[in-house]
Amino acid sequence: MSDPLELTEIPERTVTSAALPPDQRTPWHKVVHNDDVRRLFACVIGGFVLALMTGPEGDGINMLSGVDGALRFPHLGICLALTVGLWVLITVRHRFGERARTASARVSALPARLLPNAKFRGLALVALLALAIVYPAHLNGYWQSVLVQQVGIYVLLAIGLNVVVGYAGLLDLGYIAFFAIGAYSDAFWTGALPIHPPANLNPFWVIPIAIATAMLAGVILGVPTLRLRGDYLAIVTLGFGEIIQIVAINLQGVTGGAIGTGTIRHFALHVLGINYVWGLDPLPYYYLLLVFVVLALFAFHSLEHSRIGRAWAAIREDEIAAEASGINVLKYKVMAFAIGASTSGFAGTLVASQIRFFEPGDFTVQLSILILVLVIFGGMGSLPGAVVGAAVLEWLPQYLHVHPLFGFQQQDLYIYFGAILILMMIFRPEGLIPSRRRRIELGLAEHGIGTADAMTAGASPSEPAGLP
Amino acid sequence: MSLLQLVDLEVRYGAIPALRGVNLSVETGEIVTLLGANGAGKTTTLRTISGLQHPASGRVLFEGRAIGDVAPHDVLALGVGHVPEGRRIFPQMSVLENLEMGAYRRRGNLREDVEHVFSLFPVLGQRRRQEGGTLSGGEQQMLAIGRALMSHPRLLLLDEPSMGLAPLVVKAIFEIIARIRSQGTTILLVEQNATQALQLADRGYVLENGEIVMSGAATDLLGDPRIRAAYLGETAAH
Repeated sequence: MSDPLELTEIPERTVTSAALPPDQRTPWHKVVHNDDVRRLFACVIGGFVLALMTGPEGDGINMLSGVDGALRFPHLGICLALTVGLWVLITVRHRFGERARTASARVSALPARLLPNAKFRGLALVALLALAIVYPAHLNGYWQSVLVQQVGIYVLLAIGLNVVVGYAGLLDLGYIAFFAIGAYSDAFWTGALPIHPPANLNPFWVIPIAIATAMLAGVILGVPTLRLRGDYLAIVTLGFGEIIQIVAINLQGVTGGAIGTGTIRHFALHVLGINYVWGLDPLPYYYLLLVFVVLALFAFHSLEHSRIGRAWAAIREDEIAAEASGINVLKYKVMAFAIGASTSGFAGTLVASQIRFFEPGDFTVQLSILILVLVIFGGMGSLPGAVVGAAVLEWLPQYLHVHPLFGFQQQDLYIYFGAILILMMIFRPEGLIPSRRRRIELGLAEHGIGTADAMTAGASPSEPAGLP
Repeated sequence: MSLLQLVDLEVRYGAIPALRGVNLSVETGEIVTLLGANGAGKTTTLRTISGLQHPASGRVLFEGRAIGDVAPHDVLALGVGHVPEGRRIFPQMSVLENLEMGAYRRRGNLREDVEHVFSLFPVLGQRRRQEGGTLSGGEQQMLAIGRALMSHPRLLLLDEPSMGLAPLVVKAIFEIIARIRSQGTTILLVEQNATQALQLADRGYVLENGEIVMSGAATDLLGDPRIRAAYLGETAAH
């Protein structure tokens, strides 16, 4: 189908700037008129920056040794090859834009064609679940703990944040605060904090209490702040995340301060004659996590397709219109926020119980951003996207840690995340496995209709389309 | 009892007064138009009626019931439909999904209502699967009105339905507004397009700096030299 909205390319300017009066001369960074050449230039500079960032560090005595080491041949060569390769990709895509795009559309439609009906899809899900149950038992301890602490926890966090950001379109930059609240609730109720709980609880009952506490915190923060829109909400939640961390550091008598908590008891179940303790072995934690992830996936999937899900979609697209359609906007926003908060709180409880000790420094803003990256990478508003995005981005660094490639170092992780995010925004802004709606939103935004951004949705009136 | 009555209504944005003692009434079955320049307070009046804005003082009575402090979603459930300024359809939802959202507060069969909207606006029926954002301006306006009708309003608030539309499209939409009234929905129409609004309406009010400066039967207002000078501009010369 031909697209009537396709914008026509504006022909390149060919006037040389020397003939023009000074005030009409092109600025220095636009001296090269050819877009391809300009992009190549940017990519080469990017290659040098990449080489510098990933090269060896300098030391106090010879501060330039890092620069020197970074710009040596094999290292610089690899970096330049990478960025020039990127340039080739961009150029090819630009030159053969339409064809490349249809090709990529065909590739992204592949899963749908391989799984043509619901029955097959159901079978595939069962097979995946079986794999998730059987396979980890055959891994060694290191990978089992990666599966819990990196993959499992972040998958859970990502599907929780997906409800807030992807479904309701609320940009929450303080998501990790609820994780901290869950973790501290666990520490409090198992007696690992300087202040003691009113009753000694069976450590398993801590889970519902911690979830409820995090949810309550979500509601308390949400009710006054969710009247705000877009950027304002982002700033308030960012502040909330910081406040929780700073309070945890300074409230020494309650939280143990910067030194951290005492030893937290593992989860244990003592009901109806069943006595089970989650010990040091990560595998039981993995299965507990798996149960919760599967439950959350079911719950969020049915929410997405319920009346509540439609209300969220309406709010995300246009808050005023949602209000005019009789949707209690605040109620549904708080609901999304609280669901996200309780998911995050549960993840915090589980981590606290497994690693048995934590400190305020574990809850940095960076973590909130990281989870947001996982959601964006996977595809906002898409459950499979959030799961796969989180699993891939959390597993890959661990894999590279064990099998070093390009001298990958753990501390450079965020550089790579940044690069991945930029590449995603260029080549696949809808994410790895986009939701149907999200793809439409971005398609429209490309033509200047509507707002594609969850972060600005509702902040500005939707543009009237000036079409005949 | 009037269907809608505004009594000494005052609304402020912070310290800035937007409405200063507005008195206005709409009887069942009427089309009443509210005219005025940009910033006169027309949109604020509608927003206050539908609960998006709350009055500093004064009363909003709908069927005799004070609704000044009622939340917007509850005002809608009482029977007030609002077509906001700038259309504001859901751009990424299909025409059908947009209409479905309009009936969010109602359960039950929507087919009849959807068919009713499509009978008013056949073009929407042809585009039922198309995304709202890809519709033309006029079609979006029709969709916004159709969406508001899905809630079965007894009073329909229309905020500048002619905004940014070609004259022919405006004419079509105004004809449909007349049809909606004839089917039993009372209409409060905010417009800058004074001639056409007064030709359609039974009565009119003129708002200036947050105050009603003139009111009366539409035909009288249309003939009033002050109105012709202030709001009809060059159309008065015809």
